[in-house]
Amino acid sequence: MADNKFAAYLCAGCGLGEVLDFETLEKVAKREGKMQVIKRHDFLCSAEGVQTIRDDIANEGVTHVLIGACSRRAKTDAFDFPQTPMARANLREGVLWVVAPGTDHDEVRQEMADDYIRMGCAELKKMAVPAGNPDCASNKRILVVGGGMTGLTAAIEAAETGYEVLLVEKQAQLGGWAAKLHKRVPFREPYAEPQDTGLAELIARVEAHPKIGVHLASTLAETAGAPGRFAVKIATESGAVTQETVGAIIQASGFSTYDLAKLPELGGGLPGVVDQAGLEQLAKAADGGAIQRADGQAVNSVVFVQCAGQRDETGTHLPYCSGHCCATSVKQAMYFKDANPDVDTVVLYTDLRMPGMGEDFYRSAQTKGVIFTKGKVSTVTAAGSGCNVNFRDLILNEEVTLGADLVVLATGQVPNSGVNIDLVVELATEEQASGDQAPAEATPVATPVDLPPSILNLTYRQGPDLPQLKAGLTDSHFICFPYETRRTGIYAAGPVRRPMDMLQATDDATGAALKAIQAVENAALGRAAHPRSGDLSYPIVRLEGCTQCKRCTVECPFGAIDEDERRFPVFNESRCRRCGTCMGACPVRVISFENYSVDTVGSQIKSLDMPDEFSERPRILLLACENDAYPALDMAGLSRTLYSAFVRAIPVRCLGSVNTIWITDALNSGWDGVMLMGCKRGDDYQCHFVKGSELAHYRLSKIDDTLKQLSLETERVASYEVAITDSQRVAALINDYAETIKRIGMSPMKGFN
Amino acid sequence: MQALRTTGHQGIPAVAARYRNNFLKEVEAHVEDGEWVKMCMQCGVCAGSCPFGPHWEHPPQEIFMMIRAGKRDEVLKSDAMWMCTSCYNCVVRCPRKLPITQIMHGIASYAQELGLAPKNQPTRDFSIQFWNNCTKTGRVNEMKLTVGLYFKDGLVSGIKQVMNMLPVAIGLIKAGRLNPFELISGHSPKDQKGIAAMLKKARAIEAQRAPATH
Repeated sequence: MADNKFAAYLCAGCGLGEVLDFETLEKVAKREGKMQVIKRHDFLCSAEGVQTIRDDIANEGVTHVLIGACSRRAKTDAFDFPQTPMARANLREGVLWVVAPGTDHDEVRQEMADDYIRMGCAELKKMAVPAGNPDCASNKRILVVGGGMTGLTAAIEAAETGYEVLLVEKQAQLGGWAAKLHKRVPFREPYAEPQDTGLAELIARVEAHPKIGVHLASTLAETAGAPGRFAVKIATESGAVTQETVGAIIQASGFSTYDLAKLPELGGGLPGVVDQAGLEQLAKAADGGAIQRADGQAVNSVVFVQCAGQRDETGTHLPYCSGHCCATSVKQAMYFKDANPDVDTVVLYTDLRMPGMGEDFYRSAQTKGVIFTKGKVSTVTAAGSGCNVNFRDLILNEEVTLGADLVVLATGQVPNSGVNIDLVVELATEEQASGDQAPAEATPVATPVDLPPSILNLTYRQGPDLPQLKAGLTDSHFICFPYETRRTGIYAAGPVRRPMDMLQATDDATGAALKAIQAVENAALGRAAHPRSGDLSYPIVRLEGCTQCKRCTVECPFGAIDEDERRFPVFNESRCRRCGTCMGACPVRVISFENYSVDTVGSQIKSLDMPDEFSERPRILLLACENDAYPALDMAGLSRTLYSAFVRAIPVRCLGSVNTIWITDALNSGWDGVMLMGCKRGDDYQCHFVKGSELAHYRLSKIDDTLKQLSLETERVASYEVAITDSQRVAALINDYAETIKRIGMSPMKGFN
Repeated sequence: MQALRTTGHQGIPAVAARYRNNFLKEVEAHVEDGEWVKMCMQCGVCAGSCPFGPHWEHPPQEIFMMIRAGKRDEVLKSDAMWMCTSCYNCVVRCPRKLPITQIMHGIASYAQELGLAPKNQPTRDFSIQFWNNCTKTGRVNEMKLTVGLYFKDGLVSGIKQVMNMLPVAIGLIKAGRLNPFELISGHSPKDQKGIAAMLKKARAIEAQRAPATH
């Protein structure tokens, strides 16, 4: 510490100088913040202002820098001193722009600015420059699991970008479902006719590519390690095992079709009923000629039943829409019309969904004479050698029976997600529970039934496959973070993560390849992958203080922490996303980051000049997620949306990183209320770390007891779900909360510290 | 299945024959702009846009569905397409650009041709009177058309209607907008022969369409 020199640089630009009393700010930084160098500049982010700081670092021995200016999210290019710990006191977005103008508010505004300087100084003293992940490894080869359209595209895209690729395919040949198609839905102008799949050329390119190694008839027997150093065992059908090292993994394990046998009411099993995959087989056999049934009967009329076993609200079948089936039925109806326009083709749909440029394709089918009828099919029954389709016409509002030689059921995609690890954990817990009650030999524990074979066979403590989100689909945020899974360096692409058509799957493959490249490049440099891409900090654990409670290993959303044989946590830093959920979980607070720790935030909380109980100036601590809530606060500032000057905001990496000690500390040091703002949780989460806000919510649900122990009102801690667009709402929430505090009164805890 | 289809065509289990494309094909062949019917995507914007919507037996969306469902009699005997006032709201709004107004008139005209159009349908009555009046000389005789319509349901109701509208008629005469002598003489356009030739040609073009199937 002796060599440290702390410097504060205060900016008087953007109108700060006219409104705030800089003499006071400087006094606070000097006397309370103990800053050794204090400089004021009228335009700190200018080249000249930044140069002042650089010169001080280079020549004056300044080691730590506090910028008292705009939000930490602004002017990041100007205030970029990679080798120097830096704290930012948010005087512009956090004070100047959100506190009501006018001399009436001068006092509270100045108090707010002073506090932010105090907090910045306190944080700065606890910060160090991250040294970078010591666990880094630089294997940049990318493993692609699955040789279908998605896998092939991912392989070629990564290889063409210059990365080595290993492609593992379970079948003896490449192509997956695409190889079974007669033609594909058009993906370019004029979107009018079914197109050749183009698979043969793609396979030829993959096979000829010098950077791609292909393992056919192979599966993954084991996957261990972390980004940059995954150790995989590739087992062939014959049992031979090859050991390989890869940097990242793309799981493109695709889908299976929904089992027709589960749809007896829709004629599953009748000779005149096939699913879409079955029809592709017939079309491939006919090869442009008249399509016949498998039993050789001619087809003069065909009915397509959409949403067969899909979008099911009863819980029996697939709950979701598979996205591609409408376009596929349109394409298949064209197979018939193109071979013989006199074949009657009727598509029975409830909502025709034609993603992409599908509307043009739909029109093309109508022009060809395919009939589209809005109706809900109840049953398909055998009638003569054909079938009767019984349905309700939803436009004419009547029950109708329609005969057909062939009925095609548009069944959905079932993702090949491997083992549902949540289910396995539940089973394991049950086993354990029953084991406690009776000796194992007395009651044989039921073996897990119907568990599909694992795809990845991960050796992670959290289970052998990627976590699933809902309906068996591999976890990946549909909109915000596609491809990203909760296993860093492993990316899901194609129908395994959400139902999709071939065009979307190829887009997915390309995106996942880029993500995998990002992961191996960051891993090689010891940096976080995403969303904190480039972050050099990593969790440091003081093992001598660890109580082996396992909370960090269990709660880490990314499966980054294993356990050693003594049940101590083993951090795989390369798998870590730096969200700090482990830090928030740790009851003995032995986990920290060099630039973000229980102390960096805790010291800010304790640094405040707390007004006394009778001052009528409450202090509200706002712990705001830096991904959504803090930007929303900044935007409130940008739009000059005013909010209470009693609030003090501290950005946190994720609500999951909030250690309850911060809340206890805040209440003990006399804060009147604590607000937490994080992202939406649940199945349609917006949390950038998937489970962070959910865990924070769970932890907070237990805080009421603590509050009661302290004889405090439960309103003194409140949590909110906030989206990045909620700039108006965050201000309203703060103001409402300030009213609540006014109503329940000041905290009685002031003055004890 | 083949057997079922055949019986369907003979009309025995009528349901089985429906949803065949036969009536749709008939409409495509005989109805002006009939080839557009298959392009409807059942969004219902036409039905929602129609100012007469609540008064239609079947809005256009339903008519199109019925055609595809092979409900020949129900469509052709329907009063629905006669209700169209040619406001073109639906045509403007149709996302699939169907000429809905034209199709409605086309179906109505086809039903009339087949003798299936509903009797005593006011629009139909008016259309017939108007057409005959107009094509006689090539110029609409307002006096004859109006009087013809007033007296179509008999003498008594005709006189009542005349008495009702008399003040309006007098006003029009005073303003020089109505000539009562037109009722007797009437006058013709300059080139009556030209108009006759034009109508003849139009009929010849009409005849080139496939003959109506009865």
